[in-house]
Amino acid sequence: MLSPEVLTVLIAMLGGAIRVSTPYLFVALGETLTEKSGRINLGLEGNLVLGAMMAYAVSFHTGQPWLGVLAACGAGLFLGLLHGVICSLPRVNDIAVGIALMSFGTGAAFFFGKPYIQPQAPRLEGLALGEWSSNPALKQALLINPLFFLGIAIAVLLWWALANTRPGLILRMTGDSEASARAMGVNPVRVRILATVAGGGLAGIGGAFLSLSYPGSWNEGLSSGQGLMAVALVIFARWNPLRCVWAALLFGAAGAIGPALQSVGISQGYYFFNAAPYILTLFIMIASARAGLAAQSAPGELSIVK
Amino acid sequence: MTDKTQRAIGLETRGMTKTFGSLVALDDVSIHVAPGTFHALLGENGAGKSTLVKCIMGFYQPTRGQILVTGQERQIPSPAVARDLGIGMVYQHFTLVPCLSVAENMVIARGDVPNLIDWKAEKAALTQFMDSMPFRVTLDTPVSALSAGEKQKLEILKQLYLDQRFLILDEPTSVLTPGEADEVLGLVRGMADAGDITVLMITHKFREVTAFANHVSVLRRGQYVGGGKVSDMTTDALSRMMIGEATIRPPEARDASVLSDTRMDLVALYVDDDEGLPAVEAVDLKVNGGEIVGIAGVSGNGQSELVEAISGQRPLRDGRIFINGRPFEAKRGDYHSLKVFGLPEEPLKNAAVRRMSVAENIAFRSFDKPPMAGLGWWLRPVEIRRRGAELIASYRVKTPSTETPIENLSGGNVQRAILARELSDEVQVLIVANPCFGLDFMSVAEIRAQIVAARNKGAAVLLVSEDLDEVLELSDRVAVMSGGRITHVVEAAGADRNQIGKYMAGHA
Repeated sequence: MLSPEVLTVLIAMLGGAIRVSTPYLFVALGETLTEKSGRINLGLEGNLVLGAMMAYAVSFHTGQPWLGVLAACGAGLFLGLLHGVICSLPRVNDIAVGIALMSFGTGAAFFFGKPYIQPQAPRLEGLALGEWSSNPALKQALLINPLFFLGIAIAVLLWWALANTRPGLILRMTGDSEASARAMGVNPVRVRILATVAGGGLAGIGGAFLSLSYPGSWNEGLSSGQGLMAVALVIFARWNPLRCVWAALLFGAAGAIGPALQSVGISQGYYFFNAAPYILTLFIMIASARAGLAAQSAPGELSIVK
Repeated sequence: MTDKTQRAIGLETRGMTKTFGSLVALDDVSIHVAPGTFHALLGENGAGKSTLVKCIMGFYQPTRGQILVTGQERQIPSPAVARDLGIGMVYQHFTLVPCLSVAENMVIARGDVPNLIDWKAEKAALTQFMDSMPFRVTLDTPVSALSAGEKQKLEILKQLYLDQRFLILDEPTSVLTPGEADEVLGLVRGMADAGDITVLMITHKFREVTAFANHVSVLRRGQYVGGGKVSDMTTDALSRMMIGEATIRPPEARDASVLSDTRMDLVALYVDDDEGLPAVEAVDLKVNGGEIVGIAGVSGNGQSELVEAISGQRPLRDGRIFINGRPFEAKRGDYHSLKVFGLPEEPLKNAAVRRMSVAENIAFRSFDKPPMAGLGWWLRPVEIRRRGAELIASYRVKTPSTETPIENLSGGNVQRAILARELSDEVQVLIVANPCFGLDFMSVAEIRAQIVAARNKGAAVLLVSEDLDEVLELSDRVAVMSGGRITHVVEAAGADRNQIGKYMAGHA
């Protein structure tokens, strides 16, 4: 039998993995969608933060957290559209634009978000899936936000659509070989703008989760770089939406190590354990740079691959 | 079932003219391609073949002239319109999407794919279609895993699947082994004879014209210079039409007395490709002084990686290189002291700095040595220009001045400038890769003669080329590379083309 402390840590990590993974999942899915079209949007961190602020503000004013989610999605769509259109201009580099828009997104969020740091907005309620258990820690861990399930549903849908629908095939074709796409009468610019917009919207929803569920408030230190780490996560998941789910859970679990250990009284090295996701990112980047597998599944038109 | 002879469609151009600014790319060209024929469009690079075809495909709008499809005049403003008329083109660079499977590539090429794809029904239909074809490709394989020959076949199958009955093939055999080329062209010819399709093939290879085409049209400098039934033509007549009266430098005579001992020794070389997968495995090869060893092979079998490793553009995973018995590393010092020179493929990309001047590019080997530099770092631009001008004159590089950026020169002149740099000194070892790719006949003859001249002066020459004819013409010995290994080595004199082809395909 596992000792109670180990069990507590594992349960806390499970709950943490589910909670922390949701924003990763949304940003990663958005980035996958964008990169599948042959473009990189490094600015999704900006979408995440602006989405979080919008969601919180709208939820506060209307009392409807789900309207907040919609607003976050809208903010993400807007930033995605900006990125998509700017990158379609001749000789514009998508990486530079992404970084500029990341600053713009977070800056706009901090500017408009000042009045919302104090007030309490209604939050998204989690689904209590742990009622059957008498273990309060497990109950807490299984209080799962519906956005988590929405993310998984979107991942499955995306995975299915990439293989079985015309838009899915056209998206993959555009991302892998622009010349072929043109030869078949597809307008690559349009496909990329649409993919970037949709990807931006998904990242915005990820932001709503941050402010309306976990941690569940709005402040300027809300995101800790999840939007950027999701880019590494996409490489790790080899541009496969289903693998994005597992990768997000892995990152989530890594992020939950610190708090989980603290819950059983181990606070030594707390900051070190909190840095786990960043260290994980580093190792993933090193490992995937060496592996031929990632290079093989990368869409051929990505500017970092070419 | 419709009448078989009605399936193929004919096409005619009348007075096609296309100008780009002051450049006349196509001048009053009229050709007639009858239904069910295999028509060759012969010409050198820059003769206007692609311009004509691009006008037919709707990529360009002709300045003047008409296109008639099955006798009716048609406007073709875009490739989509050409497709609807039944005109399909197989491009030299494949338009297949590597990450998609064969089935996905074929289905997505169709204009009318429903939003939701019923794979079960589509696969059944594709299998049925494949069964009716003379050749097939497995449906579930990702295109990235297909060989060049299979890709070429798939491109043709795709056009037929789209019901394109007028097929334009753009240099279709450039990436195929001789065996694959004969197979694919033979099958296409058979379909044309059966009246299923009409074929217009762009080529510059006489062998393909005489072996497979019924009719030929020859273009030179944008003009139609002759043509007719292939059976009425001799290769000589075709070549005169294609090249005109320009005098071509005759092949250099070979001097047999210069052969010496092993000059370059490659020992158990292993090289990885960009993705870290093995590209060159256990390559052992000795090249003697006064000898050209030609490496034949279909592109993508490790030749580029081998040349890049020898020229320092790619790390060796394992193995050693010896020049005159001394270990060689791809460093500037070793190049200089062991007198190793190179002519890599795509010289503008691999051997030149595009925006630097012709003189500077020519000085790359010697700019840091006297007399071009003092104290090893103080450059003397006057000396660089003087030496540049000297070599430009002796190698007949056509350039407006020594100060022109090298990227403004034509392909043949870039190649000559690089030759001038690499051959003007004493040469012990020369590494050459695809030296004549995309050049006109004059330049090709000139450059081949220079390579043989270097050999006659006693240099060891390693020649890598995707053009088997070039390898056979220039080499003393031929080595075949397939799947990253040297699979066959034979004396060039009396070598059997078909045998080499089999080794190239990895079937022997």
